[in-house]
Amino acid sequence: MLASLMSGHEPINQKRRVLLRNASLIVGGAGFATACWPFARSMYPTPEAQARGITSVTLSHIKPGDSQIIAWQGKPVFVVHRTPAEIDAMRNSSGGFDPQNDSQRVVEPQWLVVVGVCTHLGCIPNRREGGWLCPCHGSQYDNSGRVIQGPAPRNLDVPPYKIVAGEQLVIGEQA
Amino acid sequence: MPKRIVAWLDERFPFTSFVRHELTEYPTPKNISYWWNFGFLAGFVLVLQMVSGIFLAMHYEPTTKGAFDSVQYIVRDVNYGWLLRNLHATGASAFFIVVYIHMARTLYYGSYRAPRELMWWVGQVILILMMATAFMGYLLPWGQMSYWGAEVITNLFKATPLIGEQLVYWIRGDFAVGDTTLKRFFALHYLFPFLIVGVVIIHLIGLHHVRSSNPSGLNLAAKDNIPFHPYFTAKDFFGLGVFLIVFCGFVFFAPDFFLSPINNNPADPLKTPPHIQPEWYFLPFYAILRAIPDTLGGALAMTISVIIFALMPFLDHSQIPGGARYRPAYRVLFYVFIVDLAALTYIGAKPPEAGWILAGRIATFVYFAVFLFLPVLSRLEERWLVARGLPDELAELVKPRDRRRTRKERRTSERDRRIPTAPAG
Repeated sequence: MLASLMSGHEPINQKRRVLLRNASLIVGGAGFATACWPFARSMYPTPEAQARGITSVTLSHIKPGDSQIIAWQGKPVFVVHRTPAEIDAMRNSSGGFDPQNDSQRVVEPQWLVVVGVCTHLGCIPNRREGGWLCPCHGSQYDNSGRVIQGPAPRNLDVPPYKIVAGEQLVIGEQA
Repeated sequence: MPKRIVAWLDERFPFTSFVRHELTEYPTPKNISYWWNFGFLAGFVLVLQMVSGIFLAMHYEPTTKGAFDSVQYIVRDVNYGWLLRNLHATGASAFFIVVYIHMARTLYYGSYRAPRELMWWVGQVILILMMATAFMGYLLPWGQMSYWGAEVITNLFKATPLIGEQLVYWIRGDFAVGDTTLKRFFALHYLFPFLIVGVVIIHLIGLHHVRSSNPSGLNLAAKDNIPFHPYFTAKDFFGLGVFLIVFCGFVFFAPDFFLSPINNNPADPLKTPPHIQPEWYFLPFYAILRAIPDTLGGALAMTISVIIFALMPFLDHSQIPGGARYRPAYRVLFYVFIVDLAALTYIGAKPPEAGWILAGRIATFVYFAVFLFLPVLSRLEERWLVARGLPDELAELVKPRDRRRTRKERRTSERDRRIPTAPAG
């Protein structure tokens, strides 16, 4: 067979040739695609940066009626220690045009935890009596972080968080 | 649909005709061996170095305070950072290996000869840019060897008459290698590969004009050429597969094989390591530098040892086409040169002590003697081969040597040896 191949008398087996070509292309293409993965993956946050995605703070120093801004994943998170009156007011309302029950937005009613980034264009709303006012375009939020006046399209986001032993807030991890 | 897109494109851009002319019709000698694979491999490694380098640069910090730690951060923390770093460090050595083999093939088969002199010179420019890139890149990890290598080599410019000292400070941007030096080396290390790409394009345009040489050294008839695609694309990619197996072996199992362990210590400007040496690919030239007991002389000898290759088309006087395959004396000279290079590499890694200094001087003498002896040798060899009787296809290329021949006649005979530029197909 080798002799006939070398003398060029054997007819070209087109089917075998196409099969070999396609097999080479598939293996080579798969190899190339797999080799791209480490390069793309190297641009994703490192395990260390991902660990920084979890922030843990003690709540005991925030008095009822007070609020604090905590940095989590480079964003501000509003933590409000609500008074019983505020809790009642929020329970009796369903917010503005993005209606939601207050109980769906809190884990423990006295602690409101929301991402402090206006859902309109990303400004940080300022704390004021009864909620927040965004300085950029005048969106207003109540003490449950629900939008009560536009242009913001929806309520402030609630980050994944849990409260350990009633006084340790862990943002970035669901209970 | 794809056909319509290609048709749309072809009306505005010579896409199909380019592919046809440069790939599916581009005539390539059918007798070229795997030694002709290394240009393609060099191109591949260039791309690999640029891609891995760009991804490393996304995490690297070019400051004396942060450089060493940022490399550790890349290796330990960045996702697949260890792989990027190992690819890039091993890739530098692989780049020099394939380019040195590419050059050795050119020398062995006489591919630098007419009409490919310009390709050879353009290749020389690529080599020099590559060396500069490698040298500057080696400073970036900011280890002890990085620092002292850069310190010693930049100090060489002090040998420049009159402006030596100012020149060194200008290169460093400081009195010693420091933050400024590191930052400019990083900027230029990022820039130079793009210059290399530009020169490679010139190299390829030249190649497609003069076409590949082949082991016979003769210009083959059209029937002895086959299209580049699919024959040599398939062959080049097969060669790439073999190369990648070896390359990945080093990347995954011996990533520090080519690296100096001393470079695992952060740079210390107040303490020189007991023995410093450059990366292996610079060792022959480093040995030549050390062989001359004078700063200026050594620097000159080292520079000349790199650029002397450009003289090859002038030094080879033989009218017998090609290189070592049909020219026994040239072949001997080639192997003498390769052995001498190996010796210089070995000597370059040895401490500069009595015996090694002498050995380095002998090897340096042989290095230059090979080039200087070539004009005489190639004429003697031609006379001997002619006297012994040449095959017909060679005999017709060899004109009798006559000192009284006019310059014009000699030019005409030169032109006869060149390949026709019209497509062979």
